[in-house]
Amino acid sequence: MPGQPVCADKMSSLAFLEPDSGVINRREDLIRGLKDILPVGSVISDEDGRRAFETDALTAYKQMPLAAVLPTSTEQVSRVLSYCKANAIKVIARGAGTSLCGGALPSADSIVLGISKMNAVLDIDYDNRTARVQTGITNIDISNAVSPNKFFYAPDPSSQLACTLAGNIGMNSGGAHCLKYGVTINNVLGLKIVLMDGEIIEIGGDELDAAGYDLLGLIIGSEGQFGVVTEATVRFLRSAEGARPMLMGFGSVEAAGECVSAIIASGIIPVAIEFMDKPAIQVCEDFAKAGYPRDAEALLIIEVEGSDDEIEERLGQIQQIADPFKPTTIKVSQSASESAAIWLGRKSAFGAVGRIADYYCMDGTIPLGKLSEVLIEIGAICNRYKLRVANIFHAGDGNLHPLILYDANDADEMERAEKCGAELLELCVRAGGCLTGEHGVGVEKRELMLSQFTRTDLEHQMRIKTMFDPDWLLNPDKVFPLEVRAS
Amino acid sequence: MSDLIRPKDEEALAVAVAEAKSSQTPVEVCGAGSKRDIGRPLQTAARLTTEKLKGVTLYEPSEMVLSARAGTPVAEIEKTLAKHDQQLAFEPVDLGPMLGAQAGLGTIGAVFAANLSGSRRIQLGAARDHLLGIRAVSGRGETFKSGGRVMKNVTGVDLARGIAGSWGTLAVMSEVTMKVLPRAQATRTLLFIGLTDQVAVDAMCAALVTPFEVSGTVHLHDDFAARLVDSEYLRRPSPVTALRLENFDSSLAYRSGQLAESLAAFGTTIELDDGASHDFWDGMRTLTFLQDSQDPVWRISTAPTQGARLVAALSKRLDCRAAYDWSGGLIWLQCTPTADAGATEVRRVVAEIGGHATLIRADAALRASIDVFQPLSPGVSALTTKLKQSFDPAGILNPGRMYRGV
Repeated sequence: MPGQPVCADKMSSLAFLEPDSGVINRREDLIRGLKDILPVGSVISDEDGRRAFETDALTAYKQMPLAAVLPTSTEQVSRVLSYCKANAIKVIARGAGTSLCGGALPSADSIVLGISKMNAVLDIDYDNRTARVQTGITNIDISNAVSPNKFFYAPDPSSQLACTLAGNIGMNSGGAHCLKYGVTINNVLGLKIVLMDGEIIEIGGDELDAAGYDLLGLIIGSEGQFGVVTEATVRFLRSAEGARPMLMGFGSVEAAGECVSAIIASGIIPVAIEFMDKPAIQVCEDFAKAGYPRDAEALLIIEVEGSDDEIEERLGQIQQIADPFKPTTIKVSQSASESAAIWLGRKSAFGAVGRIADYYCMDGTIPLGKLSEVLIEIGAICNRYKLRVANIFHAGDGNLHPLILYDANDADEMERAEKCGAELLELCVRAGGCLTGEHGVGVEKRELMLSQFTRTDLEHQMRIKTMFDPDWLLNPDKVFPLEVRAS
Repeated sequence: MSDLIRPKDEEALAVAVAEAKSSQTPVEVCGAGSKRDIGRPLQTAARLTTEKLKGVTLYEPSEMVLSARAGTPVAEIEKTLAKHDQQLAFEPVDLGPMLGAQAGLGTIGAVFAANLSGSRRIQLGAARDHLLGIRAVSGRGETFKSGGRVMKNVTGVDLARGIAGSWGTLAVMSEVTMKVLPRAQATRTLLFIGLTDQVAVDAMCAALVTPFEVSGTVHLHDDFAARLVDSEYLRRPSPVTALRLENFDSSLAYRSGQLAESLAAFGTTIELDDGASHDFWDGMRTLTFLQDSQDPVWRISTAPTQGARLVAALSKRLDCRAAYDWSGGLIWLQCTPTADAGATEVRRVVAEIGGHATLIRADAALRASIDVFQPLSPGVSALTTKLKQSFDPAGILNPGRMYRGV
């Protein structure tokens, strides 16, 4: 594996591999070579054009790539990858660039391979409830393709208007509804992948389990390090007859957490259980005027599905279950507009926080039972760094999003935010959880991997990377700590 | 008679595998051994079993998570879960009884090693979809972990899923952590009697596009049906199509009425109550209808709508009976014995229509002479060989059980 860690200037605290100057020096030749194998207009090499690909949603890190290519077919992807392999060019696959962990961050000696032009729906099979699509399609467009017939594609990351299925496959994305419907891996049956040597392989298909080893399970969530997935067969589901949320405020974090446990223990699986702490409630209420109780220490939004009668009954049961935990506020939506209002605050939470400060969105997962002690500890850590924090929690599945507030124009505060975030994630691991529930490792959490895994664990993972991509050319500077790679 | 290695803990397991590796001694890996007769026959000097690695190590009902050592019997785990009205939602099929072993012998490690999923797979996912994490010893003799105990976890390469369904050829699991779910308050089953295969598949697919959360869809040929359905409903031998609803009592009355109404075009239905439903679906879990016979059995996976077409094509040249699960997407096919257990025909038809087939029951001589697992495309086959080499470079764990040289 080439290169030793160096600290790139302009960027923050992370080290990056020294770029391959041999490749950079041949830039003009390489771009000509790429133009020779792709249709006119597919290679973006001018500075303004490349600028669009220098970062993703982790904007603290930026690096101009050699070029970006936008192929329109699997065969073109294959040509690009075999050309890049022959010329030792690194390739960063990119969907819509919505990664919050720097999953699509280029290096100076890489090209970005954008999949966004490959966004067609190839086939919809309602009887089998599967769709074959090109992976540049946005997440929401899969649902849009089948929603007129009352179906939907279940994984629904909050970036779903923009993010692509390719990116979802790269990160094994989840969403608010995954407590009931699972994440990307649970909803993809087959895919077409191009390996770094240009070989095109189809894995799985429209049957419910694939033959042989679970290569789908390895590829989905591999952060663009194993190959470029150009097509996929996804499962879609019939929408429920209806859905309705309720909102409950609590006098303490513990009470809200215990209430969630009691609901789940009762056998009810709501389609979503969202938790917000007091700072999050305040910020969202200021912004959305959703009628959230400002006096509550914690808030739960719980949504159930079914017919009108079933919803009525289920929400009634939940209120009874909640009673011993003494909710300070209970508001059951009585209409579509009330439902929208209840969700508005939660759905605009990130935007609302962004209005008052820059924020760094963390993505740990913790066991539900550890919620209150983890939140107390988060408060203490953020205090120590003199930073404010608001916590949003997918309570049903343990996915915790602390939003650390900072001022991006203050270099010191930015560095503190980054260090504080790392400590919060290590706290999640100590509590029995993990570094990332749905955003991925990318560059952001790469150096924290040893807090969750042993070297032996990581070596077993890295061998799979090597098996798919022996020269480590695909998105190579991500996921694995540089020091472990070097050894 | 091969040596029996029965490590008492994970450390001893790692030592045993490391020794096998350093001495280049291939070992047969198994749990309780109830599925030893599946796959290509092994010729190993030793057998390594996880049966002493027993016990539930973590169970948090309110977090819907359970961890157990790999050798823990599934029956014990289900007993533990039942105390909290929870269950393994993927409803693992028990292949033991059809292979001559007693029911309920299988271990939880083997359930994931073989990715065994039952009828509820169609609604709630396969075994591997409920696997949250593992601890295991790879063929390198090294202990590693993957995943964890939380529902959402995308940290690093998902080795747990890579190991699921690998039939002990990559690593020996020492502990598994899984998602568990509440048991429904009640179950009802709607039966159609006498549908042809194609009409039954159409009915099952139609049931799954309703919003009533149908959690099981099976169709059984005459004499298979007779093993699962009480004779009061079957005055003469007939195929039976069954649709399962699970929910709160109050919802079931509404949902079964709505479902029957929306499928009225397929005929009238008989409704099984909670008790009769459990009997029926328990029978599906142990594949009662495949027991008491030595005839070859294939497990075929295809797109649900192709199931009936596939069986029709096979029936032209093979004397066979079918049970369809997963709305037609999973076929248990029992054939009258022939020289190759129907392999030539099964491979030809599956290649034409799509899907994959595994020979689940056949004598050892036959399993040694034909492909038991679906032959793979060259690209997938190359990755399969590399994955084996990555985890087990010396080729000591269940060598050749799935594929020659793997």
